[in-house]
Amino acid sequence: MTGAGTAATTRLEAELAELAGSVPDPELPVLTLTELGVMRGVRMCEDGHVEVTLTPTYTGCPAIEAMSADIERVLNDHGIPEVRVITVLAPAWSTDDISAEGRRKLAEFGIAPPRPHAAGGAVPLTLSVRCPNCGSTDTELLSRFSSTACKALRRCVTCREPFDHFKEL
Amino acid sequence: MTGTDTTRDTTRDIPAAAALALGDDALILSHRLGEWAGHAPVLEEEVALANIALDLLGQARVLLSLTGDEDELAFLREERSFRNLQLVEQPNGDFAHTIARQLFFSLYQHELYGELALGDGPFAPLAAKAVKETAYHRDHAEQWTLRLGDGTPESRARMRAALDALWRYTGEMFQPVEGLGDLDWAALEARWLAAVTALLERAGLALPEGPRTGAWAAGAGRQGLHTEPFGRLLAEMQHLHRSHPGASW
Repeated sequence: MTGAGTAATTRLEAELAELAGSVPDPELPVLTLTELGVMRGVRMCEDGHVEVTLTPTYTGCPAIEAMSADIERVLNDHGIPEVRVITVLAPAWSTDDISAEGRRKLAEFGIAPPRPHAAGGAVPLTLSVRCPNCGSTDTELLSRFSSTACKALRRCVTCREPFDHFKEL
Repeated sequence: MTGTDTTRDTTRDIPAAAALALGDDALILSHRLGEWAGHAPVLEEEVALANIALDLLGQARVLLSLTGDEDELAFLREERSFRNLQLVEQPNGDFAHTIARQLFFSLYQHELYGELALGDGPFAPLAAKAVKETAYHRDHAEQWTLRLGDGTPESRARMRAALDALWRYTGEMFQPVEGLGDLDWAALEARWLAAVTALLERAGLALPEGPRTGAWAAGAGRQGLHTEPFGRLLAEMQHLHRSHPGASW
């Protein structure tokens, strides 16, 4: 893996990581990239570039290009002229990488947060998912795939509202 | 498909034949599933098929980029240079045909990626990532197979016909792909067959009879030999890029 961790992180790198990580997710703007858990590191390169390492939520996630452009713009605005954003796949991102604060914000935004899971495979869909509108645990699956690759569509049996569920990965 | 992506999980030599085989499977099936846009039976299913297509396209981009320029490989190769399975190029047919194709392929891909993820070969990072996505594809296909098989006489007859029609393309999946290390293909095939058998039993459907390869030798798609519908798929997929080289959105 390229990025922080190959060498001790300097104070500047830590500051830049904080800046880059504060960029909102393009599709879930209530979350920052740090809260989503997709930031893998920031490194000053010898050629003067700042290299930011990201990991995609899904292999085909189209938001990664918008994220890269946003990070580049934010760092440019803070006086870093040369930014390079690279993506890595390993170790694979998991919904367990979403921070506690991120989960709270998702629920507040009306998206049921992912349930924590043990390693390996999809979580059985029979476990209850709490309705973000009324709090009922009596909810049903409408479709395993929803508005983006990372969400499933559910409906609350109690309040009848449909809602997105950030499905476990 | 122009991206800023420079995926660098490995600096090891990439076996080109394997990257093309796995990448072409994902690319061509993604294109087929994309053809459902605007035609799926219900809105939720339209979204589901598009999401699965997007996952596959993401895998294809990573795999093809390992061995060359993704756009050139996708849009400028001739039919004989594609290494995908003949299964994935088969037309969508009715919804049951699409589900049968999804069932056979996603079970295969899930087992294969699961194996590759365990090793430390050049495809392990992608496989470890994609196996989690294919778990959902597999679940989607399994749920629909159960629903159609255990549904009305009409849905059952269509599912049965679809499984029978595509059965002859399933033998090819287990022809060893060069460059994937010492995979036990026979064991992979045994696990696939056991999973298909168990699921069809639950769905009240008989395992198709007949050979699992066509009149041609097994492994034909992997050698660049394709079925008649593939030419038309390529024409549609490639014509814009070929007509307007360098065009971008």
